[in-house]
Amino acid sequence: MALSTDEAGRFAGLLESNGEALTSAWTDAVAGLLRGRLSHAELHRQIAELQKGFQSALSGGAADLEAEAAGELRALLSEVSSTRARQGFSATETAVSIFALKEAVLTVLDQDSATDAATLRDYVSFSSFIDRAGLFTFDSYVRAREELISDQAEQLLELSTPVVKLWEGVVAVPLVGTLDSARAQVVMERLLQTLVDTGSPYAIIDITGVPAVDTQVAQHILKTVVAARLMGADCIISGIRPQIAQTIVALGIEFGDIATKASLADALRHVLRQTDATAGRRGAGRRES
Amino acid sequence: MERVPVLKIGDILLVSIQIDMEDQVALQLQEDLADRIVGTGCHGVIIDISALDIVDSFVGRTLATIASISRVLDAETVVVGMRPAVAITLVELGLSLPGIRTALTVELGMALLARDRQFTLPDDDEDDADEAVVTAS
Amino acid sequence: MTTGDDIAAMERLAIRSDQDVVRVRQLVRTLAVSVKLSLVDQTKLVTAASELARNTLVYGGGGTVDAGRVDNGRRSGIRIVFTDQGPGIADLDLALTDGYTTGGGLGLGLSGARRLVDEFDIDTVVGQGTTISVIKWCR
Repeated sequence: MALSTDEAGRFAGLLESNGEALTSAWTDAVAGLLRGRLSHAELHRQIAELQKGFQSALSGGAADLEAEAAGELRALLSEVSSTRARQGFSATETAVSIFALKEAVLTVLDQDSATDAATLRDYVSFSSFIDRAGLFTFDSYVRAREELISDQAEQLLELSTPVVKLWEGVVAVPLVGTLDSARAQVVMERLLQTLVDTGSPYAIIDITGVPAVDTQVAQHILKTVVAARLMGADCIISGIRPQIAQTIVALGIEFGDIATKASLADALRHVLRQTDATAGRRGAGRRES
Repeated sequence: MERVPVLKIGDILLVSIQIDMEDQVALQLQEDLADRIVGTGCHGVIIDISALDIVDSFVGRTLATIASISRVLDAETVVVGMRPAVAITLVELGLSLPGIRTALTVELGMALLARDRQFTLPDDDEDDADEAVVTAS
Repeated sequence: MTTGDDIAAMERLAIRSDQDVVRVRQLVRTLAVSVKLSLVDQTKLVTAASELARNTLVYGGGGTVDAGRVDNGRRSGIRIVFTDQGPGIADLDLALTDGYTTGGGLGLGLSGARRLVDEFDIDTVVGQGTTISVIKWCR
């Protein structure tokens, strides 16, 4: 149900003429709901801003929330919602903050002596406008939460996939936790990039902390090893648990000539022996000649 | 048609591919390199592909052919500087470039070639020495 | 092609020579950057386009490529269509097998390109030509 131009005008007038009284009534109502988790001063400032938003939208002739004149109001509402979402308020607490305007409007109307059928009709249409604003807040709140969750998931991914330099020319990726296909891909891309950035010809992929692998993840690891080889680096896989070894064999995945070691220490020793061997052979050549 | 320059540095021919090559340019490079290996008597070829943002099966095959041809001409080829995204794509494409030696950087590639020559050179000396002993006895 | 995909204006290039294959790569690269494909996905798409453009040239005797942005409401991506009026492909399954080639290549063009994209459709009639359509979606 959209507001007519007259109704919008009357609503705007009501908000304007009762300015401070309405803000106080609204703030008090919300403060009760939020039980002092926001300071009164801050709440008052926020509410005053919202009220101004409503007022300018309505005096601009906004018939409903989708109207162009309500653009600023929508921006305000979504800002309040996302702030509340980040501050840890619930969706209900956020939406009810808007619904509380109805209560405030009612208080103001009560004080007006000339309460008649026309006022009642106005009140009903005002409150349906406020309802829509409240629902809009609810939607924005959910969207803000979803963004928050996906941000956190991304941060978690960053946190859980370190690539560390172990020795001159040797980097290691200690993988911890369940590897899904997406994470395996991220880790592997990062590993290859680190090889380039640090100029390390050896990489150790340690999977001690990985409880299980499926075919897809095993394939990702294998592809990474092959890709690293194409770039001119060698990968060693360490810390394969007995169950994983059984899975690998049962799934018929060929690890081929990829070096596997029991522990990270063994893998590092293997790499150092290899680099030593090349250095040693060089020395040996000179000695014998 | 553009041409990829081939530089001679000591015993090594260095090729740095800086352009998105047409197939003909890649084939021309293959010919030029064979000529230069014979002309200079170099024993090592380094192909730097760090500027290439893709390597498709044609370029991959050309690199493999270059490596085989130079081996016949007694020169070892090292492909250096392949980007991670290119390597991942080649694996997905099914191209593992067997027979091509690789290194992360030009420097590591040169070290790889130098190591190879050092393995063989003293061995040659040793053989000579052995022969000398044999003839002396 | 999935119906309901919103297809923006497609750009068309002719494939008549080696230089055109390079041009296809550059066009696809620009498009891939414009929809913010990840670096690895850009590389995969450009490589696939290079394989398919060369196929169109070598086996199809030349043809055209149309490339543009697609949106299915949830994600955006790049769609590329290669068309030729060449001899067509008699045994599609065989042509899509790794290592099979009639042109002296490695036989990775079709099968390899298919692995590099998210959607791969091929339409071929012997004696009339081949149309290959691929899509890569943003993650």
